[in-house]
Amino acid sequence: MADQKDKADKRRHRLFKYLRKEVLPTAFCPGCGCGIVLNCYAHAVDELQMDPNDLISVTGIGCSSWIPSPYFMGDTLHTTHGRPIPFATGAKVTRPDKTLVVIAGDGDLIGIGGNHLIHAARRNIDIKVFMVNNLIYGMTGGQLAPTTPAGVPTSTSPYGNVEHPFEIAELVAAAGASYVARWTTFHVFPLMESMQKALTRKGFAFIEIRSQCPISYGRRIGKRTGTEALQEYKETAVRAQEAAEMTPEELAGKIVVGRLAERDKSEFTANLRQLNDEIRKKDAGRRPEDWSIS
Amino acid sequence: MDRTGYDRVLKAIGKKQLFAQGDEAYAYGALLAGCRFFAGYPITPATEAAEVMSQLLPRIGGAYVQMEDEIASMGAIIGASLAGVKSMTVTSGPGFSLMQENIGYAFMTETPCVVVNVQRSGPSTGQPTEPSQGDIMQAKWGSHGDYEVIALSPNSVQESLDLTIECFNLAEKYRNPVLLMTDGEVGHMREGITLPDHGKYEIIERARPSKEPGDYIPFLPESGKVPQLADFGSGYHTYYTGLTHKPSGLPSTDDAEIHTQLITRLCEKISDDTEKLTRVEELYMDDAESVIVSYGITSRAAAYAVKMLRAEGKKVGYLRLITIWPFPDQVLRRIGESARRILVPEMNLGQIYYKVKEAVGYNAEVIKLPKIGGIMHSPQEIAAALKE
Ligand SMILES: Cc1ncc(C[n+]2csc(CCOP(=O)(O)OP(=O)(O)O)c2C)c(N)n1
Repeated sequence: MADQKDKADKRRHRLFKYLRKEVLPTAFCPGCGCGIVLNCYAHAVDELQMDPNDLISVTGIGCSSWIPSPYFMGDTLHTTHGRPIPFATGAKVTRPDKTLVVIAGDGDLIGIGGNHLIHAARRNIDIKVFMVNNLIYGMTGGQLAPTTPAGVPTSTSPYGNVEHPFEIAELVAAAGASYVARWTTFHVFPLMESMQKALTRKGFAFIEIRSQCPISYGRRIGKRTGTEALQEYKETAVRAQEAAEMTPEELAGKIVVGRLAERDKSEFTANLRQLNDEIRKKDAGRRPEDWSIS
Repeated sequence: MDRTGYDRVLKAIGKKQLFAQGDEAYAYGALLAGCRFFAGYPITPATEAAEVMSQLLPRIGGAYVQMEDEIASMGAIIGASLAGVKSMTVTSGPGFSLMQENIGYAFMTETPCVVVNVQRSGPSTGQPTEPSQGDIMQAKWGSHGDYEVIALSPNSVQESLDLTIECFNLAEKYRNPVLLMTDGEVGHMREGITLPDHGKYEIIERARPSKEPGDYIPFLPESGKVPQLADFGSGYHTYYTGLTHKPSGLPSTDDAEIHTQLITRLCEKISDDTEKLTRVEELYMDDAESVIVSYGITSRAAAYAVKMLRAEGKKVGYLRLITIWPFPDQVLRRIGESARRILVPEMNLGQIYYKVKEAVGYNAEVIKLPKIGGIMHSPQEIAAALKE
């Protein structure tokens, strides 16, 4: 029996070991971009030959959050809607030696949880955030998100969206993250590389991944299949370097992809450790009565 | 905690005899219980606890993080706890309201953690600097769905310290969020306290897996109703979710039986142990015809009132609830059988009063003595209420 199982496992794809077999197949809709992101994540982890015991995946609530929880094998924390970053903050401060990855949707990370996102970027805590931006609240059936483009009809903006959307990657860069990039589910190889970069670079890393939701978003804008969305990403993507030379008018309707920020900045948990070391060194040379708090 | 750890905490605090505020005492108790992670957000009348933690944690190798709000604070202490460290947050009403969703999450994922609510006068922003006992029902019912918490209530600064240690022990033992329901009066008043000697209190640590990864089933208790907890990063690859889950931890959201089994076990692990969890203080109860039932700061005035009435020859007893949740029904039922009248002074419009009434039934008359506005009951008005 065990022999047969081994053989069956060997015939599987080499990345199969990164998946929780008990929960497959995934619940993602046909054409959904989440599978592509899961694939890229598993590839990135595999390329880096990371020890799965060193990886903690933390997610919020939404379809995108299901990418690692429960599908990815390893320690996974499926938190409350919008809150994966605070939970990851507690875990990272406790275990600075582990790699903390947050994967969640745009509604989760910049809608309900936007405050946590900018504060984590400001602290530059060593957490890797892969945000799947499908421009909609997918799991709940296609309601207006803070990323939905102006004019687009959704189930809660039936006459068209009257709000202005966020440019999230730019916002996170401005908030102080040490690495920020944007890619799409069409750009799988650069996305994989970017994930590897994020996973290995110390500090807060953020990748916005434009992704398709054919069922809850695509069909409202006349793009009912995943391939139509990928085609659009291919045609409208502009590299960040090129975009820098373009006017706002030229950039309308384009998706700026590539690295948007990379900077060296001290990292939060390292700062905490340094503080602890300094205080304890000082304390060691002092009489207790001089440094007690009361 | 071993001797070295204890000595380190003691050295950081500085001395064993202190003149301290309740807010400081929660912090000292937490450190002595082994808490090494604190996340919080400033709020009157609880802020001093965060200040002390920010000062002492770095000195003993722990971490203080000031989060962007109380939702984040609650999330962070859960993340820290699952990564293997004892954690706490301290807040007051508005912050406690924000924490409710994640308190439910801690219950659902069986995450040990301690939340101190230094109650202030609400609702809303209310009277920020004034004490109250208005969140006692919220402590039990504030998050959605059926759940159980353990909540203790101190009435002195010394007890604030001692009960905080107890809260950590219970959190670790039951794998549950544990609340210290204190108030702005206890939080801000100063009293002499003594830090416990090493070994005075047993310090409990969560049970960690006795089986290898692969054989360990995260939400299947080895015995009793509390499962063992594998720290993140220890190779067990646990999946935690607030969704209804099977013993494996994996979600199952449309099976009535799995949901019923899970929630029943989670609630019963606390409610089955109600008697073990019950802590009350009783005075003059043997022949009491009337009993004053109180908790927290109100009990200080109640004790005085009882002594005044006893001096007048009135057969009045004193019962103080230290454990608020799970509610000690059996104690109240017993008192209802012997006493004629029960008076419940509270700094709210009547909350625990209803629990007392429910437990006592028609065996005795239960009278409420509400007081709001941030002013404590005086012993005289408590005594007068019994004379009516
Ligand atoms: C506090 C709270 N509010 C609302 C919800 C309902 N809800 C579940 S998923 C979701 C939106 C998810 O959208 P997004 O994060 O963009 O992820 P997607 O499903 O599109 O991948 C919402 C509003 C919830 N679970 N919790």
